[in-house]
Amino acid sequence: MESSAGRFETNARAALATPTLQAALAKLADGFPARRLEAAERLPEFEELRDAACAIKEHVLDHLDVYLETFERRVAANGGEVHWCRDAEEARRTILDICRRVDARTVTKSKTMIGEEIAINDYLERHGIRPVETDLGEYIIQLRREPPSHIIAPAIHLSLAQVAETFRGSHADLPPERKLNEPDALLAEARAKLRPDFLAADVGITGANMLIAETGGNVLVTNEGNADLTHTLPRVHIVIASIEKIVPTLEDATVILRVLARSATGQDITVYTSFCSGPRRPGDLDGPDEYHVILLDNGRARLLEGEFRDMLRCIRCGACLNHCPVYRAVGGHAYGWVYSGPMGAVLIPALIGMHEARHLPNASTLCGRCESVCPMRIPLPRMLRAWREQLHRERRGSFLARLGFSAWASVASRPGLYHAIMAPLIRALGNLAGAGRSFRRLPFLGGWTAARDFPAPEGETFMTLWAEAERKRKPYADLRVSCEGTPTDVKGARP
Amino acid sequence: MPAPPSSVSARPDRGASIDARGPPGSSTRGSPARARVGLFVTCLVDLMRPTVGFAAVKLLEEAGCAVAVPRAQTCCGQPAWNSGDSGNARKVARGLIAAFEPFDYVVAPSGSCAGMIRIHYPELFAGDAEWEPRARALAAKTHELISFLADVRGMTRVAARLPSSATYHDSCSGLRELGVKRQPRALLATVAGLELREGKEAETCCGFGGLFCVKYPDISAAITDVKTDDIAATGANLVLAGDMGCLMNIAGRLKRRGSGIAARHVAEVLAGMTDVPPIAGD
Repeated sequence: MESSAGRFETNARAALATPTLQAALAKLADGFPARRLEAAERLPEFEELRDAACAIKEHVLDHLDVYLETFERRVAANGGEVHWCRDAEEARRTILDICRRVDARTVTKSKTMIGEEIAINDYLERHGIRPVETDLGEYIIQLRREPPSHIIAPAIHLSLAQVAETFRGSHADLPPERKLNEPDALLAEARAKLRPDFLAADVGITGANMLIAETGGNVLVTNEGNADLTHTLPRVHIVIASIEKIVPTLEDATVILRVLARSATGQDITVYTSFCSGPRRPGDLDGPDEYHVILLDNGRARLLEGEFRDMLRCIRCGACLNHCPVYRAVGGHAYGWVYSGPMGAVLIPALIGMHEARHLPNASTLCGRCESVCPMRIPLPRMLRAWREQLHRERRGSFLARLGFSAWASVASRPGLYHAIMAPLIRALGNLAGAGRSFRRLPFLGGWTAARDFPAPEGETFMTLWAEAERKRKPYADLRVSCEGTPTDVKGARP
Repeated sequence: MPAPPSSVSARPDRGASIDARGPPGSSTRGSPARARVGLFVTCLVDLMRPTVGFAAVKLLEEAGCAVAVPRAQTCCGQPAWNSGDSGNARKVARGLIAAFEPFDYVVAPSGSCAGMIRIHYPELFAGDAEWEPRARALAAKTHELISFLADVRGMTRVAARLPSSATYHDSCSGLRELGVKRQPRALLATVAGLELREGKEAETCCGFGGLFCVKYPDISAAITDVKTDDIAATGANLVLAGDMGCLMNIAGRLKRRGSGIAARHVAEVLAGMTDVPPIAGD
């Protein structure tokens, strides 16, 4: 997918000025966090499950090569095929080759973020193959030619009325006077539209919530059941997954499933949890003839070593988005690429490069709520800070800011000088404030005063006042603490 | 400009109740142990709101501590650290470590600055043979003021009185890095006449985020509006918090939006030092 992450500030301003988006985001922030909390509180072992899920992923990352190769052997034994793809281009070409070989015209798709990452829809269309998204949210944004704005709720940025308008525009064959003011009406219309495509599709493309090494299969979670129709009806099933999606066993998968839905939507489990085992075996009543797994690296192996490794534990639940004050303010599109929120701000620079994504790690208050809800305990604030370190090391920040920090540090590391400068400055600022006790505008602080008053200082600094107060204070009877701050115990011994 | 509050020069007046006999390991037989506390005022309190510093001294003395304020303190270095400039953060942090090493405890009226020392100093000096051990030692004895009073000194009530209604904002670092949550509420519940009202978004970030609020003012303001709307929805006429950064941001936005809700540091209220006007207030 093409990126607009470099225009984050502009994107964010536009998002803040879009009332429908703001209403949708307010609703999201009201719903998901409360439901997650209820789900977590219903399950006494939720915190232990988080630890267990984390440990599984850590173990996988320690032995990634072993499990991926085991998976490949199992897939082959089941009659399927694994395609190792280094980057998006290789993945796209591999998928197109398969589609062409089986003479595919229509490809149904259930939700895949990796599909977004490699922009497979555009690619297939350019080569004369019609991709059809079958997840309702993805279907809507495909009609609107928009990227998803949330990992698990791709059309969360839209109102009901906007969706109705989109359907009227795209489904021109249906009677224009039909009623579309209820979610059920929209769902029924999408379902009716999708049914023939499910039946006609030659290839079904799905993502994978997990790949299972011991079985050579994959797990898909949905709330609509569209994934089942996508992988069982067509002749060919293509799974697109990135390498860190692997888990050793079915049992491991169930541990992760138990934290996934609870963290994402607050459900105990999603409505559908599908286990795909590969191509149809002799005697099977249904299933595809061919089963292909596109195993995509796209920069992830590089993350195994180094400070962003923990990011590879991510299971794409979206909890960090749902709890992020910045995401709640600007929504997913502002981030400018496939992912968004805290996980996006960490992952996007790693996948598309820091130059393009330089705003994302900076656009965070580091409030830490993401880490506190992440089922995989990914230290997102620490990694955002690590990106900032890298930006600083590579001198990509503003020159003035660098200079400012150096000047500040020179003064702040000399307390005598610091207090001598600050005391009169603060006194002057306090005097300037007058009765209102705050400033509506201040030079050099335009960023602050753009949105809020700057509170006036009381006047004297604490250090000035304290020096006066100290002179009048009676010393402690049992011990002396000097004004300079060196404690000397009257009786000698220090603990 | 304010004179130093007179109560500070008085000896501890036992206005507050202490449960325990002071911290373990330093007790003197017969009387509560007097812990030697180095008060890290923090740069924002020093410059913007000295009253909070005096309130901290008063509360610490009520909790049986001997308080000193080393003059060799400035800032903890957090602005540089959060901007990826560890070099300059270290430069400032080394001075702070040296200034506070002699004390039994380092206490700061800020969850964010205490969190910087407690959680991030060991990261900042990781691998430095001389400074990492010193940073770790300092981190281990550094506390945010209110949690220090309640958890370490066993303070259970205060003598203050304030006929008002207040809502408490949980500052992010204090809450998530240091577990400051029930302590300020428990002590505020003992302030005579004060009614506490819980905001639905009490744990949501106020949008300050240090330099974030000047780098991304539009986003910051949108986040702050969620916060100030929530504060207003509680019907309280006072918002309290344990961090000057959050408070200046919240107070500044409230004022800009023409709200009459006042903002104060929680220590001012606990110490009964609410004679000074509220932050950004007339």
